[in-house]
Amino acid sequence: MEKIAKKTRTIGKQKTTPLTKSRNRWAYVFLLPQAIVFLGLSLYPIIMSYVYSFFAWDGASPLNDFVGFANYVELFQTTRFWGSFLHTIYYVLGTTVIGVGASLILAIILNTQQFTGKAFYRTIYFLPVVTTTAIIGVIMNNIFGVNGLVNQTLQSINFIQQPIPWLGSSTLAMILLVVIGAWKSLGMNMIYWLSGLQSIPSEMYESAQLDGAGFWRTLVHITLPLLKPILAVILLLSIVNGMHAFDLVKTLTNGDPYNSTETLDLYVFNYAFGGGMGGGTSRMGYASAAGVMLGLFTLIISAIFGGFSFFTQKKNKTKKGE
Amino acid sequence: MIISSKTVKYLIHALLLVAGFIWIYPFIWMILASLKSNNEFILSTSPFPETFHWDNYTRAWVDAHFSGYFMNTVIMTLATVLIVVVLSALTGYALGRVNFPGRRAVIIFVVGVMFIPKGYTIIPLYQLVEQLGLTNSLFGVIIAEASGAHTLFILLFTSYFATMPKELEEAAIMDGCGFVRTFYRVMLPMAKPIVATTVIMQFIWTWSSFLIPTVLTISKPELRTLAVGMQNFVGTHSTDWSGMAAGATISLLPVIIVFILMQRYFIEGVAGAVKQ
Repeated sequence: MEKIAKKTRTIGKQKTTPLTKSRNRWAYVFLLPQAIVFLGLSLYPIIMSYVYSFFAWDGASPLNDFVGFANYVELFQTTRFWGSFLHTIYYVLGTTVIGVGASLILAIILNTQQFTGKAFYRTIYFLPVVTTTAIIGVIMNNIFGVNGLVNQTLQSINFIQQPIPWLGSSTLAMILLVVIGAWKSLGMNMIYWLSGLQSIPSEMYESAQLDGAGFWRTLVHITLPLLKPILAVILLLSIVNGMHAFDLVKTLTNGDPYNSTETLDLYVFNYAFGGGMGGGTSRMGYASAAGVMLGLFTLIISAIFGGFSFFTQKKNKTKKGE
Repeated sequence: MIISSKTVKYLIHALLLVAGFIWIYPFIWMILASLKSNNEFILSTSPFPETFHWDNYTRAWVDAHFSGYFMNTVIMTLATVLIVVVLSALTGYALGRVNFPGRRAVIIFVVGVMFIPKGYTIIPLYQLVEQLGLTNSLFGVIIAEASGAHTLFILLFTSYFATMPKELEEAAIMDGCGFVRTFYRVMLPMAKPIVATTVIMQFIWTWSSFLIPTVLTISKPELRTLAVGMQNFVGTHSTDWSGMAAGATISLLPVIIVFILMQRYFIEGVAGAVKQ
């Protein structure tokens, strides 16, 4: 952002002629449509999502039952809410560790010079990223069903005798969510890593080679340290994405068995729109409060990582200054 | 970096190929299963169908209403892409070419908005669409999909327009083009790569969107999109496995084809996201 601001600052410095005045007016006209859409369809919903959280409200009747922080108090005392918080953390940690780690290995291989078929592999491993998550959930639900492809295959090679209840056991279902979530997002992380790797000047590698450093030494002493700033960005993106896991969870496990894979986003959805699920009518106010908590959790984590990346960059700068 | 040994290289290739095959096997399985009969689907252990049962596609397309879902998805996606391209190109042009008072504040705002903690915005969005009386057409879904700050696209357009030579604009003015004509006759055609990136990324996102169309079509089954309609299939046609696989193929194939043909723009856009 700073870059853009700086790059374009030089185009200014005109005197206030009628021409610049008219240009400025046109600039505001150009900004207007986006501004209207943003104010009406983004900012207003953000503000209202906070407002609703202070009401007891079913979504249909007038919004007049102000309850203060009662929704939040109830939320803090509900085990199912904290359970869904825990499942979200499992999901975030699992997909981040697997997804970010494995994608780095893949990116390092694909960044090697004179490695044939780079584009081919990149397409293959990136493919799951672009496919519709809600459809993937349905397909995987079938593949990992009791009589699904995986059990069939494992039984036909006599690896197992009885079908494994992948989606019937809390632990297995959670593991499955994490693995499929990581599979889905790995290609994205791979591209992030590749763009980081490509920003390392090739002279660095050449001089390392002249010094007689082998593959592993170059990796540990040159590549990995230089990737640190981008690691912070990738971790942050992966975590924020994981915090909002909804499509896959809803379509693959729907929180089952017994809410043991329910994530925060699904918890909110179930209270807001799953009328009858939590017993009776929608509880939009309560769901809004849970949504606000999810937003705050995400902000806190982002702030921690933002700080982390800020400090690593600052350290790098002071090092260069010496 | 250089991987020197030939054996190591072949080993890596073998590993990447096997893993890559398993990686995309769910899609291969889906396509093969969509051509099996239902009996075969349950009983046969062979991955290949004995004969091609194209009637699965007819069932999904007609009986399970995938024709309607497909049209809804196409309309929703194209309209959203168009709106987002227009909005972000206009904004990016103003920010990249004109140094109007308050420009810096707008840029800071565009970026800063990513960090506002959001509550569950789909509830107010749903209420808003209902109050505007847009629940009876796809229009409600479209404006909800097109909402958002489009930070990435705006920044891509801004930096691209900012680097174009000033002479280009001056020449256009000499030719008698005003501000608006210069924009859509001269500058916008030059920004094709950014337009392409925006189109492809927004296309894939909107096509796959799930929460917004789910919520906004809760009481309107005829407005559902593929991602939403698929869930319906699972509920009501739960024994028609190969029909389900056909429905999934109908839903995924367009986006897979678009990606394979245009992946350069998509991957550049993604890479641009971390660099910003």
